[in-house]
Amino acid sequence: MKRRSKRLLLLGGAGALLVGAVVLVLTAFQENLVFFHTPSEVVAGKAPQGRAFRIGGMVEEHSIRRAEDGLTVHFSITDMAQMIPVTYKGTLPDLFQEGKGAVVQGQLDEKGQFRASEVLAKHDENYMPVEAQYALDSAQMNKAAESVQQ
Amino acid sequence: MIAELGHFALILALILSLVQATVPMIGAHRNRLALMRVGSPAAQGQFLLIVLAYVCLTWAFIQSDFSVRLAAANSHSDTPLIYKITGVWGNHEGSLLLWAMALSGWTVAVTIFSRHLPEAFMARVVGVLGWISAGFISFTLFTSNPFERLLPAAAEGRDLNPLLQDPGMIIHPPLLYMGYVGFSVAFAFAIAALLTGRLDTAWARWSRPWTTMAWVFLTLGIMIGSGWAYYELGWGGWWFWDPVENASFMPWLLGTALIHSLAVTEKRGAFKSWTILLAISTFSLSLLGTFLVRSGVITSVHAFATDPARGLYILALFVFVIGVSLILFAWRAPKLSEGGSFQLISRESALLGNNVLFVAACAAVLLGTLYPLFLDALNLGKISVGPPYFEAVFVPLVAPIVVLMMIGPLVRWKGDDGARLGRILWLSAVASVFIGGTVAVLIDHVTWRTVLGLALSAWVLIGSAQLLRRRLGERRGTPVMNRLRGISAAWWGMWLAHLGIGIFTIGVTMVGSLEQDLDVKMHDGQVAELAGYTFVFRGAVERDGPNYDAWQGQLEVLRGERVVTTLTPEKRVYRAQQMPMTEASIDVGPLRDVYVSLGDQIEDGAWIVSLHYRPFVSWIWAGCVLMALGGIFAAADRRYRKLAARDAAVAQTMPAG
Repeated sequence: MKRRSKRLLLLGGAGALLVGAVVLVLTAFQENLVFFHTPSEVVAGKAPQGRAFRIGGMVEEHSIRRAEDGLTVHFSITDMAQMIPVTYKGTLPDLFQEGKGAVVQGQLDEKGQFRASEVLAKHDENYMPVEAQYALDSAQMNKAAESVQQ
Repeated sequence: MIAELGHFALILALILSLVQATVPMIGAHRNRLALMRVGSPAAQGQFLLIVLAYVCLTWAFIQSDFSVRLAAANSHSDTPLIYKITGVWGNHEGSLLLWAMALSGWTVAVTIFSRHLPEAFMARVVGVLGWISAGFISFTLFTSNPFERLLPAAAEGRDLNPLLQDPGMIIHPPLLYMGYVGFSVAFAFAIAALLTGRLDTAWARWSRPWTTMAWVFLTLGIMIGSGWAYYELGWGGWWFWDPVENASFMPWLLGTALIHSLAVTEKRGAFKSWTILLAISTFSLSLLGTFLVRSGVITSVHAFATDPARGLYILALFVFVIGVSLILFAWRAPKLSEGGSFQLISRESALLGNNVLFVAACAAVLLGTLYPLFLDALNLGKISVGPPYFEAVFVPLVAPIVVLMMIGPLVRWKGDDGARLGRILWLSAVASVFIGGTVAVLIDHVTWRTVLGLALSAWVLIGSAQLLRRRLGERRGTPVMNRLRGISAAWWGMWLAHLGIGIFTIGVTMVGSLEQDLDVKMHDGQVAELAGYTFVFRGAVERDGPNYDAWQGQLEVLRGERVVTTLTPEKRVYRAQQMPMTEASIDVGPLRDVYVSLGDQIEDGAWIVSLHYRPFVSWIWAGCVLMALGGIFAAADRRYRKLAARDAAVAQTMPAG
């Protein structure tokens, strides 16, 4: 019996460890998921308030403005249907340009301004961020669907 | 002509790999020596052919032969020679060829260094490697032919992605591939063991050095990749939990578990099925990594291929490998005898704990990496899982491993006295917590994470000293030098690798706690302060590089009155692709890096400058180097050569099964 109870203890310990690990992983997972929304979805109010999320699309032409300090940058992200004004403070990625794809992560403030904590652009000139492409495609599909309905 | 020669050589290599995959297997099955012996020469011939193909492709790059599509897309006549050569693997097709070359190189190494193993066993190992090789060469030939011609030829190439024109990129892919592919040797040994039904301590002894060497390469490959991200991406981070990084990190985690599980199988004949399963999973994750990185599922600098046929091919290969080996496992594993029993407090238990935790950590990374892809594939929405998730999960899972790491080597196999361990360890445990707390107060950064990291580092350093002292104490009376020499290479390897983890932990904790950043707009002559350093901006001048134009900023770095260095960060535009790129400038030191990168130029001639202070980054790299060095020591242990020959002699006289 003694050996058996020891084995039980070992198994129980390993099991408890495993359960603990699973709980830890799933909680952290729940808390740190970052959802992605297209500008159209954000305008439709589908984006979460008080929680970070991502927006993708094109940087609107002629929308980049630098504030006095030179560090704060204002620009707009558009999916060609809707646009969201974005404020970001910091260094921009090399391939961040007007008329090119970008993805921003951050939160909406009370005025409907998107405060970005992170700006992602493409890694090289050939590729569009998948999420930015997706935003453009789905906005275009919605437009097509609407014109059919009308 | 040269390109066609390379293409032809690759086709011949495919044929040889098919021979290698089938003939020795049939020979082993029917017990025909002549057939079994076909494997080695087939593998060696295949290796020579792939090298020839590779040289031909490199030639096209060096000669700027832009009638070869790959060279036209990834090279330029102005590209420096070294980047013409490395440009060969800076793309999807060429990197696959590199993969195939690494694989056949490993196979040849196995046929040379393990030739004393029983022939039937070797025939199966070589056969399994032949299957993998056939899979990858056919993938290259049918979906990603690197020798494809471009008609009409391009007048000028499009140049290699500027991000890849960096010294780190010269060695990162080959090292990483040697690691990934090296695990296919461990996999082949596992499959051969399942096929022959012999899985004993001798088997573990044959398999161990190969697994360890693969792990060494993977460790170094990941380290170089991380180093590249640190100084090339220009934002001073060294690990981003990017899916591409995770893809290489997951096989590393499981590979580490495998190394430890193999130790139990060798020393105690236990954990057999588990070891086999780990070998299969580690290699599967290497394949998964290739799939994730190469298929274009993830956008990154690595995602060269956006052709769905390619992704599908790797996915099919992946499913095939996992499917076949798991079926084989389910069929054969129940026949494996389980090894000696052990008590709750024993080295086996400590290593079991190590394995459970490594697998859990790997599963957590896998979840965070794959879940967004699944949701996306099923059209359930787009999400991303960022560094906060990985950090929240990883620290609690890995901290116990570090604690166990210093206990495991002290505990005896089979069973030990808990009170004895307590007497040895309690003082160092108390000291570690005390040191962790004190140092955190001294550096004025008291968070639970800093205290934990520092305490764990202290635990490893104290524990390592203690281990060494006990080991030397075993042979009191002989001179210290003799005692040092009397310790086996395997033990030194273990000790160094574990010490490496301690050094690494110091680096990670200190960077995480004390790093400082400042983005600032600077005019000529303007001064900025960060972390006790004074930065004086001396303006930016234009400079011509071989294949780029650059603005080079000049920053004097002062500590008090003393000039530390002058940093020259650059903003480059590569001519061929008109692609802008930031080239950071770093003053590397043993205790801190001072890191500067140049942002955008603003209308009035001022520049945005990013200043970063990164303490103890070098310790991260040093820790990785120690781990790899430990692996090399462990793999070089004399017993593998001495005992392996004896084991093989015994095995020859004993019928397999």
